[in-house]
Amino acid sequence: MTTTEIPAADGKGLVKIGQPLLRREDEPILRGEARFTDDVPIPGALYMEVLRSSHAHARIRSIDTDAARTSPGVVAVYTGADLAGEWVGQIPVLIAPDPAPLLAPRWGPIATDKVNYVGEPVAVVVAETRARAADALEAIVVDYDVLPAVVSPEDACTDRVVIHDELGTNKAYTWEVVITPESVDAAFADAAYTVKQRHIQQRCLPAPMETRAVCAVPDPMGGGGFTLYSSTQMAHLLRTLLAMTVGVPEQKLRVIAPNVGGGFGSKLQTYPEESLCLALARRLKRPVRWVEDRSECGVAMIHGRGQVQDIELAADSDGKITAVRVHLLGDLGAHCKLFTPGIPVIGGPFYHGCYDVPAFAITITSVYTNLPPTDAYRGAGRPEATYAIERAVDGLAAEMNMDPAEIRRRNFIPPFENGHQTVCMVPFDSGNYEPALDQALELAGYEQLRKEQADRRASGSTKHLGVGIASYVEVCGYAPSRMMAAGGGKFSLWGTSVVRFLPTGKIVVTTGSHPHGQGHETSWAQIVSDRLGVPYEDVEVLHSDTAIAPYGVLTGGSRSLSVEGAALSVTCDKVIAKAKTLAAHLLEAAEGDLEFNDGSFNVKGTPSRALPITGLAHTAAFDAHLLPEGMEPNLSAETTWDPPNFTFPFGTHIAVVEVDEETGAVALVKFVAVDDCGNQLNPVIVEGQVHGGLVQGIGQALFELAAYDDDGNPLSPTLADYLVPSAAEVPSFTLGSTVTPSPSNPLGTKGVGESGAIGSAPAVINAVVDALAPLGVTNVIMPASPMTVWRTIQAARAAAPNAKENGR
Amino acid sequence: MISAAFDYVSARSVDEAVSALTEHGDDAKLLAGGHSLIPLMKLRLASPSVLVDVGRLRDLSYVRDTGDEIAIGALTRYRDLEINDRLQADLPIVAHVAGLIGDPQVRHRGTIGGSLAHGDAASDMPAVVLALDGTLVARGPRGERTIPAAEFFCGFLETALAPDEMLTEIRLPKATGAGWSYQKFRRRALDWAIVGVAAVRNGRTGVALVNMGSTPIRASAVERALASGSSIADAARLAADGTEPPSDLNADPEYRRHLAEVLVRRALEEADGAVTAQR
Ligand SMILES: Cc1cc2nc3c(=O)[nH]c(=O)nc-3n(C[C@H](O)[C@H](O)[C@H](O)COP(=O)(O)OP(=O)(O)OC[C@H]3O[C@@H](n4cnc5c(N)ncnc54)[C@H](O)[C@@H]3O)c2cc1C
Repeated sequence: MTTTEIPAADGKGLVKIGQPLLRREDEPILRGEARFTDDVPIPGALYMEVLRSSHAHARIRSIDTDAARTSPGVVAVYTGADLAGEWVGQIPVLIAPDPAPLLAPRWGPIATDKVNYVGEPVAVVVAETRARAADALEAIVVDYDVLPAVVSPEDACTDRVVIHDELGTNKAYTWEVVITPESVDAAFADAAYTVKQRHIQQRCLPAPMETRAVCAVPDPMGGGGFTLYSSTQMAHLLRTLLAMTVGVPEQKLRVIAPNVGGGFGSKLQTYPEESLCLALARRLKRPVRWVEDRSECGVAMIHGRGQVQDIELAADSDGKITAVRVHLLGDLGAHCKLFTPGIPVIGGPFYHGCYDVPAFAITITSVYTNLPPTDAYRGAGRPEATYAIERAVDGLAAEMNMDPAEIRRRNFIPPFENGHQTVCMVPFDSGNYEPALDQALELAGYEQLRKEQADRRASGSTKHLGVGIASYVEVCGYAPSRMMAAGGGKFSLWGTSVVRFLPTGKIVVTTGSHPHGQGHETSWAQIVSDRLGVPYEDVEVLHSDTAIAPYGVLTGGSRSLSVEGAALSVTCDKVIAKAKTLAAHLLEAAEGDLEFNDGSFNVKGTPSRALPITGLAHTAAFDAHLLPEGMEPNLSAETTWDPPNFTFPFGTHIAVVEVDEETGAVALVKFVAVDDCGNQLNPVIVEGQVHGGLVQGIGQALFELAAYDDDGNPLSPTLADYLVPSAAEVPSFTLGSTVTPSPSNPLGTKGVGESGAIGSAPAVINAVVDALAPLGVTNVIMPASPMTVWRTIQAARAAAPNAKENGR
Repeated sequence: MISAAFDYVSARSVDEAVSALTEHGDDAKLLAGGHSLIPLMKLRLASPSVLVDVGRLRDLSYVRDTGDEIAIGALTRYRDLEINDRLQADLPIVAHVAGLIGDPQVRHRGTIGGSLAHGDAASDMPAVVLALDGTLVARGPRGERTIPAAEFFCGFLETALAPDEMLTEIRLPKATGAGWSYQKFRRRALDWAIVGVAAVRNGRTGVALVNMGSTPIRASAVERALASGSSIADAARLAADGTEPPSDLNADPEYRRHLAEVLVRRALEEADGAVTAQR
């Protein structure tokens, strides 16, 4: 950490963009005073518990709810058939591969005749207490006709068992982008070196600290509307989608996301329980609430990742990559949720990494399986892409016996400040990849590490040192509506903000963003304090309540600062412009002669006669008769902002591991991350985001696996079996950064919410493979658990009996 | 994760606890730190109809020097073992292992008696007590009896305690100055051992294994080999002899057998002071 001593505000309470600030959100959360959805007191609320399918694939013959109905405290028990009349529409898919046609099955909040994964809702109990509801759940008897389950995407491809009869196949789509096919084939034909690898992106559980929770409350004033509290990343979009599917008119529905304890994409979704609570509150005319168990969370929430990646590189004799060819197999799970089919596609254009690759081809086939749906999870497609290309680049380095840092250096796209058209569709905004690599090597002490490694190897130690590098470029700032549409988006995202001066000179900002751990209240106040020159403490930031905030689509994909924050910056400019006109009028000066410093206007050269913007706000509100002709009272402005392009953060991560050959245990001894997220608004939050992302990526590399048996039963739904790493499992991180401003928005920011999770997994696995290279190991699958590593070593030994025998 | 309904009794003495157990029979369960029992109840894998809370019996929380032995009250929390001076001097392995269990919350709630009575093969303290050849003291309606550790663990989550008996004390022979080692192989700091090994070289060598079968067990073949003069490496090769290790996501039986061998060797080497292995 560089900053824990925070110089707060200056003497006037002003803070600047770029200044380190502790988050104002944290104190109530750390003190336990912050309220989350399940904490919100709702008098008279009923509790819903959900009976979930215990089979991965089965027909429901019958459901006997008689005993549950008469269980003490039970108000109602419903099956899917009982509730069939509650739904007016199907939940849409918001990103589909384009132009490939998407075959998608219909699905509803609760199964009616068939279940397609363990965890799918089949019945609900509503009772006076949660415990009563849980007791009654045990009394429901479901008669299933169990069908064979499809649990691997490879099996799904065979259509041995077709999950959705109406589709006739498990294949949802095949999306193919071949930029000049002849050149790809020619590059492979002419290659001096080729690399061919297969990687498995295991399914991961998002495992936010706060599980999901919902509470639907009929308007207590009898207005016929509803308030829905939900632990969601997208209050506004949720309202729209619930209106479309449950049929409560959108204007009659208020959605509030109180404090939300993390999401990582998992809460970028509409879930069955939201529809169910709302429909049941409508039906029973009472508030209905539900909170997800921790073990329920592992089966009822979307999963992340879930891909099989075949990647090939061709390179010339200098190690210059001449072509990349990729075949992806995406495991969509049982059906499509909002972004499910789009996740592999989002990663598609990043399989050439940050390298200048002239020829590129990718084919993505995605299939349905009898597992929970996959969807956006921290990085959503880009961690997967980065993993494949960075593992392959290391494979090329190994093939050529070249230093992995050098091979990257030779292939980086040269620096650019305003646009670089890549081989695959996307025009990058700005990039300068080599300095990030250099800084990471420097911080890691790379040369020294390689020396230590050589010494260690020479000594015959069974504790192998490994160093792994991963360079990445990714995409954030989801918004540019034209590009979204071109990429298969079925909706638009933009940024919204409103700035209102109150008559006392204080400010209320409302924003379309939905922070759930990112610190927007701090950051947005910081932008306003810097731009308007008003005290930081005087700025209140309101969000995540559809009755208060302007329509903001969602917080995800590291988009908020570069889109919603940029919208706020644009709004501040509008406020300044209006205030300036007023100041010029009051000072009887030309606008062009005024300057604006630290919140006050004065005529250039006469700083003594200054009009503070707060005073102008008061004038605009309560002395409106003084305004120039035609000016509206009040100092306020709003913006809906659609940026010209995405943003493309990048960086280099380096992992240092020690692998115990005897046990297979991997100890992560050092981790260096150099990330370029463009301009940094608040370095404290940047570091916090990187730390969290790193642990998540390290988790995927070494610990996490949503494991299933051959029948589709979850083996790791609880946190005793699903291993989320804690601070004790990671070293103290060494962070660095470079700053390459983005031309895509007025703040010059790029986004940093996912970078940590993108560079870390390949760096760690590259390090593990590097450590074990002398034993003949060329790949280790994730998570690199001790048993997996040990077995990999055994297999390498068996395959190459004359590889160095390490002896005791 | 909501348990089934149950009645709750707070016992003010061992006698009260034992009579509550006698009255309610098989349906009753003692509640100590709750860190094994409550998770089982929340998952509805256990549904006792009466919980007899012995967590407030402060007079069963102690570490006493009784001459050749150290006596530990069954309700002593791990944290109190970890920081106990007497243990650090005369039975450092007990203090050390207490500090390796779970996380700080678990160590402040969980009791040594609860861990032994639960009899989980994956728990740490049973192996330590086995390696040390301890004695367990139980109280029931028919009075008090002592049970050698070697006879205490009978089957999967099953001990020699009768349903109406309460474990009150653990007696462990002092090991002042003896060589010892505890090898806990796990993926995260708060995890249970995938395989663990407790070794104490105190004239005779005691070696016990964690998570290598359905009960906590001694590595008898290793102990015998050492007693008849085998080298550490040779003895360690017998680590998995006669074991039936479980299979789970972390390890299959073959890998567990391999780990047992490596860890027994490391434990014995460390106990000998031959190497300072990681602890
Ligand atoms: C997150 C987590 C991590 C953990 N990690 C570890 C670990 O790394 N290593 C490890 O060894 N353990 C671990 N544990 C388990 C922990 O050590 C338990 O506390 C311990 O096993 C039980 O002790 P307790 O006092 O909590 O017993 P309880 O849960 O109260 O009781 C357990 C059982 O013993 C019975 N019982 C309790 N006291 C007595 C008595 N005096 N006489 C007769 N019967 C009794 C109860 O009726 C019950 O059946 C972990 C637990 C958790 C929740």
